[in-house]
Amino acid sequence: MLGKLDWSAIPFDQPIPLIAGAVVLVAILAVLIWVIVKGHLPYLWHEWITSVDHKRIGVMYILLASVMLLRGGSDAIMMRIQQAIAYQSQGYLPPEHYNQIFSAHGTIMIFFVAMPFVIGLMNLVVPLQLGVRDVAFPTLNSVGFWLTATGALLVNLSLVIGEFARTGWLAFPPLSELSYSPGVGVDYYAWSLQISGVGTLVAGINLVTTVLKLRTKGMNYLRMPMFCWTTLASNLLIVAAFPILTATLAMLLLDRYLGFHFFTNEAGGNVMMFMNLIWAWGHPEVYILVLPAFGIFSEVVSTFSGKALFGYRSMVLATMAICVISFMVWLHHFFTMGAGPDVNAIFGIASMIIAVPTGVKIYNWLFTMYGGRIRFATPMLWAVGFMVTFIIGGLTGVLVAVPPADFMLHNSMFLVAHFHNVIIGGVLFGAFAGFEYWFPKAFGFRLDERWGKLAFWFTFTGFYITFVPLYAAGMLGMTRRLQHYDVAEWRPWMVVAALGMAVLTIGVICQIMQLVVSIRNREALRDRTGDPWDGRSLEWATSSPPPVFNFAFYPDVRGEDAYWDMKSHAQQQSFEHEVPEYHDIEMPRNSPTGFICAFFASIMGFALIWHIWWMVILGGIGAFATFVVFAWRDHDEYIIPADEVARIDRINLEERRSLVSMAGAI
Amino acid sequence: MSMTATVGHAHADPHHIGIVIEHPGPAPKRIVTAYGFWVFLLSDIVMFSCFFAAYAVLVSQTADGPKGSEIFEPHNVAIETVCLLLSSFTCGMAGIAADVRNRFWFYLGMAVTCVLGLIFLAIEFREFADLVARGYGPSRSAFLTAFFSLVGCHGLHVSAGVLWLLTMMAQVFAKGFRADVLRRMMCFALFWHALDIIWVGVFSVVYLLGGGA
Repeated sequence: MLGKLDWSAIPFDQPIPLIAGAVVLVAILAVLIWVIVKGHLPYLWHEWITSVDHKRIGVMYILLASVMLLRGGSDAIMMRIQQAIAYQSQGYLPPEHYNQIFSAHGTIMIFFVAMPFVIGLMNLVVPLQLGVRDVAFPTLNSVGFWLTATGALLVNLSLVIGEFARTGWLAFPPLSELSYSPGVGVDYYAWSLQISGVGTLVAGINLVTTVLKLRTKGMNYLRMPMFCWTTLASNLLIVAAFPILTATLAMLLLDRYLGFHFFTNEAGGNVMMFMNLIWAWGHPEVYILVLPAFGIFSEVVSTFSGKALFGYRSMVLATMAICVISFMVWLHHFFTMGAGPDVNAIFGIASMIIAVPTGVKIYNWLFTMYGGRIRFATPMLWAVGFMVTFIIGGLTGVLVAVPPADFMLHNSMFLVAHFHNVIIGGVLFGAFAGFEYWFPKAFGFRLDERWGKLAFWFTFTGFYITFVPLYAAGMLGMTRRLQHYDVAEWRPWMVVAALGMAVLTIGVICQIMQLVVSIRNREALRDRTGDPWDGRSLEWATSSPPPVFNFAFYPDVRGEDAYWDMKSHAQQQSFEHEVPEYHDIEMPRNSPTGFICAFFASIMGFALIWHIWWMVILGGIGAFATFVVFAWRDHDEYIIPADEVARIDRINLEERRSLVSMAGAI
Repeated sequence: MSMTATVGHAHADPHHIGIVIEHPGPAPKRIVTAYGFWVFLLSDIVMFSCFFAAYAVLVSQTADGPKGSEIFEPHNVAIETVCLLLSSFTCGMAGIAADVRNRFWFYLGMAVTCVLGLIFLAIEFREFADLVARGYGPSRSAFLTAFFSLVGCHGLHVSAGVLWLLTMMAQVFAKGFRADVLRRMMCFALFWHALDIIWVGVFSVVYLLGGGA
């Protein structure tokens, strides 16, 4: 009846996950009770859960990413403590638990922190920057988000029901095959990634179509803000790469569930095929994450330098070059597996070539700052911190792209330090910069600068104290994923790294404090103009937070830096002076489709993990029924009357006019 | 929807060519929907290409089991191919009927498409069942694993297509040729034709190349 599920699935003998699970459960219950008692449930349901507004969905993506960042971060803290004390001892974590922790840490940080964070920011900002009212497929957008949430839910369920994979974050066979991992850990891993991967693909299709087909009047390709370009590149990569992940995981699951022989040791299976397939997805994935961050830095650097982005066209070219080359380097992940010197040389060179467009970008940012009037607001701090950190990460990357060097350094702590260097220094710093930069747009008030700067400095220094020792330990020969070790030279570096982790944690706490303090002081931090940073692109042309329809009418774009042009050429007529003729606006109606889909997907995923077949069928029928019900809707849009549009737009114009007159006075 | 050429102002014409291609604004819904669905189809084809690649890697890994030439029946495959190619034609007819709002020809076209799809599936199912009965199931060897997965994945898509087809017919029956129904019909047609294209790949790579090996 319940497949493989029984009481032995609950790890009663392991206090850490049980206590953690209990705390989370109590927290969730407390929040739920508070929501119900306070009567917030209808608001949550109508305004957020069933919302198809791209801004709301973007915010929910970022919220999911932030919560999961805390989860993945606690895994990281546990690992650093373990390695600091596990010199000639077992440490405080049993080996199989430690293996689950590093697997979960990688999986969560990539799939449920970095991905939702950048997709959330793209969702929130890109339609605004393009001057349009929504993404191409609003309901699908909601489905995509909720499927991602389903994946996150399943991963967290594994904490208390059953176990997570002990295979590392990419579940390499034959270790992940049934004969070596007979438990449900790998199934948790695979099904949560399958489900959230569908969500990611949906988001990718949506954003590609949005950028290519929904731009406002006059928004030619070479007038799009840089963030829209990197969004396009990143989502093209999603569309091209995520199906590879889907296929690869499907093959692994077929091996595990039905005794197929894709990657097994016997009957002709080929393990190297898994490596090729997973990295053919995995390497582009790195650029899926970092390209949007590059876009954010472009926006931030140009805004806070008070200058147009230097070398806009070369930036576009560099972005698209990275988009293409990122598909030609995957083999550098297994130089040591005997492909031979010719193949290694070609992929080594390709891996180094990708540093060229990246270098172009760095120089463009530096030249944008050169001669500019730089304001070191928090987003700018993250951007400058990124440039320093990412260059170091890039240099060590070129180092390991040299096959002979890679033979020494692969699978070592040096590699761990390298990819944290680029992912934290690139993606996470970018995510934080974007978070600080666009927060006032999403919520209508700024974040507290003092706590923001503290958060930056603690995170920045904490990052270096944590990861520079890992480079050193890697040079000393320490391999990754060690549960415990006997080499005295490694010990001091591990202790320093643990201390760095403590500093990083303070950075995270500062970030939480920033949010708390800002929400408390929100009246004082209110942004009434919609343009708190003296911005350059169209998202600043509307109020903060924007009305549900974003723009009362499609802005007419006449050049790069659309909003800056409007401001500086006093061409604000369309926004400021001329009384425009308002029209009714059609907006997509809210829909619970996404939430219900995810509900059935969760049931189905859970049932598949535990081999509860009747429940799988039930979930499948439910999902199909949801689609049919959705297809049967007669009214999928509602009308916002012209009067209402006019009323909302006039408030926005009033505020903006006062801004312009203030600027005139100065 | 198309780009319009206008004589623009100096601002939009940095190279002083005199003609500026101004972007006219968001595309109409029909274009957006079709475009997005194309992008999905491309991603689906990437997914198939992984299974094609796996087949190419594993085709000679028979683990002392049968080779492709020993188990493939060209006769059956020929009938399957004819069914699927014909169904693409009838699906196209149904699409035209939908465009001119002709219910009779729409239902007829869709029904024939459905029957042809089901015949295809039945033959494929029989082929699979027959192989499994002879002990040549997907767990027999890596070659058979790749074969069953690639062909089965296509079959799964056809099954999903049949389900979608029936839903489409029900939608037209209940809602008529409404704009959103027509958009869905267009997507369905794209999907069905794409399956045809993938079958041509399967036919060539699996049955022609693999059968000869």
